[in-house]
Amino acid sequence: MTLLAAEGVTLAYGATAVVHDVSLAMDEGGVGLIGESGSGKTTLARALLGLVRPRSGVVRYGSRDLAALGRSGRAEFRRAVQPVFQDGSEALDPRMTAGASITEALTTHHRMSRAARRDRVEALLADVGLAPAIAARRPHEMSGGQRQRVAIARALAVEPRLLVLDEPTSALDVTVQARILELLERLAAEHGLGYLLITHNLGVVGRLCRTSSVLFAGRVVESGPTGELLTRPVHPYTRALRDAVPRLGGEPPATTGRTEAAPAPSGCPFRLRCPLAVDRCRDEAPLPREVEGRKVACHRAEEVLSGLPASSTSRAGGEASGAPRQ
Amino acid sequence: MTAPALPAFRRTPLRRLAGVDRLAVAGAVLLALIVLAALLAPWIAPYPEDGGSATHPLEALLPPSGAHWFGTDQVGRDVLSRVLFGARTSLLIAVAVLAVSGVAGVLLGVVAGYAGGWVRDVIMRVTDIFLAFPALLLSLALAVVLQPSVTTVIVAIAVTWWPWYARLTASVAASVSTRGFVDSARCLGVPAPLIVLRHVLPNSLTPVLVQLSLDGGGVILTAAALSYLGLGAHEPTPEWGLMVQQGQSLFTTDWWVVTFPGLAILLTAFAFNVLGEGLRARLSR
Repeated sequence: MTLLAAEGVTLAYGATAVVHDVSLAMDEGGVGLIGESGSGKTTLARALLGLVRPRSGVVRYGSRDLAALGRSGRAEFRRAVQPVFQDGSEALDPRMTAGASITEALTTHHRMSRAARRDRVEALLADVGLAPAIAARRPHEMSGGQRQRVAIARALAVEPRLLVLDEPTSALDVTVQARILELLERLAAEHGLGYLLITHNLGVVGRLCRTSSVLFAGRVVESGPTGELLTRPVHPYTRALRDAVPRLGGEPPATTGRTEAAPAPSGCPFRLRCPLAVDRCRDEAPLPREVEGRKVACHRAEEVLSGLPASSTSRAGGEASGAPRQ
Repeated sequence: MTAPALPAFRRTPLRRLAGVDRLAVAGAVLLALIVLAALLAPWIAPYPEDGGSATHPLEALLPPSGAHWFGTDQVGRDVLSRVLFGARTSLLIAVAVLAVSGVAGVLLGVVAGYAGGWVRDVIMRVTDIFLAFPALLLSLALAVVLQPSVTTVIVAIAVTWWPWYARLTASVAASVSTRGFVDSARCLGVPAPLIVLRHVLPNSLTPVLVQLSLDGGGVILTAAALSYLGLGAHEPTPEWGLMVQQGQSLFTTDWWVVTFPGLAILLTAFAFNVLGEGLRARLSR
């Protein structure tokens, strides 16, 4: 059953749209959202959390429009959907101890006796692998991993059904990243939580998410089962992301065009960076369509799937499509 | 104006005193002495009755001596005693103005900064109207309309002072409101007034506290100016600005009548400024 969904959501800051017509559904499992910096993934997360209103389209909580929820519906939504942000030092009030931060979450929706609060804070800290003594510390007295664990404990305090994880590990050391991901995986299984995992790292979603969407310049360019996206990516952007995952002893990644180019203003937004771009990509924006169990927004999806000739021909196409840049 | 980079030694309390904090400590100590003098005025003043309406015509305009360290004024009152009692008036005005304008400005500013949109626009436009008048001119106009008194001085200065705190707080609160912990509280469903009081306000206060301590001197100077112009405290209230005004015509013959209250104004304003600068250096590290 769908808990939270974006339906044709467009988000804009002033006149600049940063997310275009994106649809995404979350249920009890894990869903991945992959994109680079500036792709609009954090803005989309803020819309799903009800922090910004979509310019058009609907964010649905269950079957109801988030923007039309009344007071009690909104409180129910707040209890059901909780965020974990990128950086625990930002997500926790620097003037509050860990215990006070978690207590705030506990008492926002329920009255609790002092003793019950203390027990619950301890239980939550234990749940995220922290000692009770952490409750007395302020964010600057904790490590990055500890802060993120406290932020997770605070999110769990309201017993949510869904977590929106916005790059929950990208501010952490690599070894700590792995442990936080393990923790999230375990907690999701134990509490029966659904989650949306937002990341720029394709490897991370491979382990944690059944289905994933790839966002480029505010548009979903490819979505489907994560395994398929990882083993047989179709959209040239997904392919570039897969090749960008560092591997020991593997082939050096193939170059995929001009990675510094800004999204194209017309036609396919990826065409200026695309090694497969042809004239059609300049003239006509590709719409997402069903191709072998996934949705892809690329004119050349079928060619890619049927085994593409070496990209020497397409290189010329890429140049030819070098439409007026702005 | 950035503080020079400090060597990365371990910060023990003693070493901290040796750094930029010397400034804050010096200001705090000086101010503490002035506050102490004000509080203890009835006991430490050599002639406590001279703080009021006492007159001693036979002792008028005596130069500084062992009996009257700061000399005496036109009606024979001990200038040192009146300077000590005057500290009470000046500090009372400073504290009252800073409290009233600080609370009003910070509350309006924090609401404007968090709410944004039309709420901020309304609050900031009203603020701009007040800021459009030169502060002293607006205080003067108000003081003319109201009866001259210490209360008038407090009201007149507070009215021109709060917009600065509103504007400062609004800009800080707006940036605090974009931080993750505010989003996090919103996602928990914490009601907006609680978010403002619990998260935005405490995290926006530091620059305001610095500004308040820097402004203490300005308030005392403005109060002295209003009294000097005859729009504030009046006889026989011991007030430094008033004493300067009464003594200025005697400067060439009886310099002590105007000099000592003038120095008191200077010293107090200086203490506030040093404390404020010291706090700023310390808190902006």
